[in-house]
Amino acid sequence: MAPTALQEKLNGLVNSMFAEGLLDEQFQQLQMLQDGSNPGFVAEVVTLFCEDSERILAELTKLMDQAVVDYSKVDAYVHQLKGSSSSVGAQNVKLACIQFRQFCEDNNKEGCMRALNVVKHEYYHLRSKFETMLHLENRIQAYETKQQS
Amino acid sequence: MVQRNQQSPQQHQEAMTVEAEAQFHVLAVDDSVIDRKLIERLLKTSSYQVTTVESGSKALELLGLREGQDTTPSLPPKQHEIEVNLVITDYCMPGMTGYDLLKKIKGSSSLKDIPVVIMSSENVPSRISRCLEGGAEEFFLKPVQLSDMKRLRLHILKGKSNCNEQQQQQEDSNNSSNDGSSSSSTSSCSNNNKNSSSNKRKAIDEELSPERTRPRFSHDSLTVV
Repeated sequence: MAPTALQEKLNGLVNSMFAEGLLDEQFQQLQMLQDGSNPGFVAEVVTLFCEDSERILAELTKLMDQAVVDYSKVDAYVHQLKGSSSSVGAQNVKLACIQFRQFCEDNNKEGCMRALNVVKHEYYHLRSKFETMLHLENRIQAYETKQQS
Repeated sequence: MVQRNQQSPQQHQEAMTVEAEAQFHVLAVDDSVIDRKLIERLLKTSSYQVTTVESGSKALELLGLREGQDTTPSLPPKQHEIEVNLVITDYCMPGMTGYDLLKKIKGSSSLKDIPVVIMSSENVPSRISRCLEGGAEEFFLKPVQLSDMKRLRLHILKGKSNCNEQQQQQEDSNNSSNDGSSSSSTSSCSNNNKNSSSNKRKAIDEELSPERTRPRFSHDSLTVV
């Protein structure tokens, strides 16, 4: 596929993510920080975010599996995830974390279990879009590199 | 270098601006790997030299302060000890919070003049006041923006000009006591904190200068190096 078509596809994908509420303005801030001297910045941040989120989700799953749930530990992890999702512009994940924290505050196990599922659902939905995004970016950059050599 | 004798305030300020073009070194402290990446990019894009660490204790180690000390030893700095012009730290961190780090820095005779800025994802007015009263220059709400980075230069230069004035006084009057000079420097810093309402961003209604009202960041004002 020609690079302009690839770029259009990428733009379309990102725009739809904004429209769906998956991403918010903070993601635009990240895009603005990417330039010629740092072409991989967004990819780096997105990758870090995914690794970190999966680590946190694994911990949360373990904690929620306990007979007696330690809500302060759960809350600490959700706080972390809320922070990182806010920093990358992952709006739906962030919102799901805010809901989750409310259930933690109320020590509501049922609510927390459901909230965790919502967070996971939002995260994995976002991740699959991010994967497509990075894949398209890689193809575009590969083409540009080829052109320059 | 900068001539300090018989300079008008105007000339002094211009000389300071020239000096300011040299790279300043910012130490960024955050337990989140994503936020460290972000703050590093924000700072580098704004032409700062950056070191990031994940904890307050690592920050103090780099600054040359060991746990339990309130002053750096008079030995020459070890290889891993660095000079910084500003510390920017997250508030919520396990172990030593950003507030704890702030207090350690301000409580250290060798580090107290380093400006400290605190970041937090949570807008808690009492937290913000506490930090400002503890000596923080400013409190940024996360996610931190590129436009926030402009504010750092102000704080670095403010700190430097206080130091320069202090040194000038010492030079002029030969043997002025350190206590006298340093306390006047400290009180002017804390006066700045109390008088300047623009330190508390977002939490309190304030008059905002045009560059700090937050329309989304436009390409026009992007200064990419």
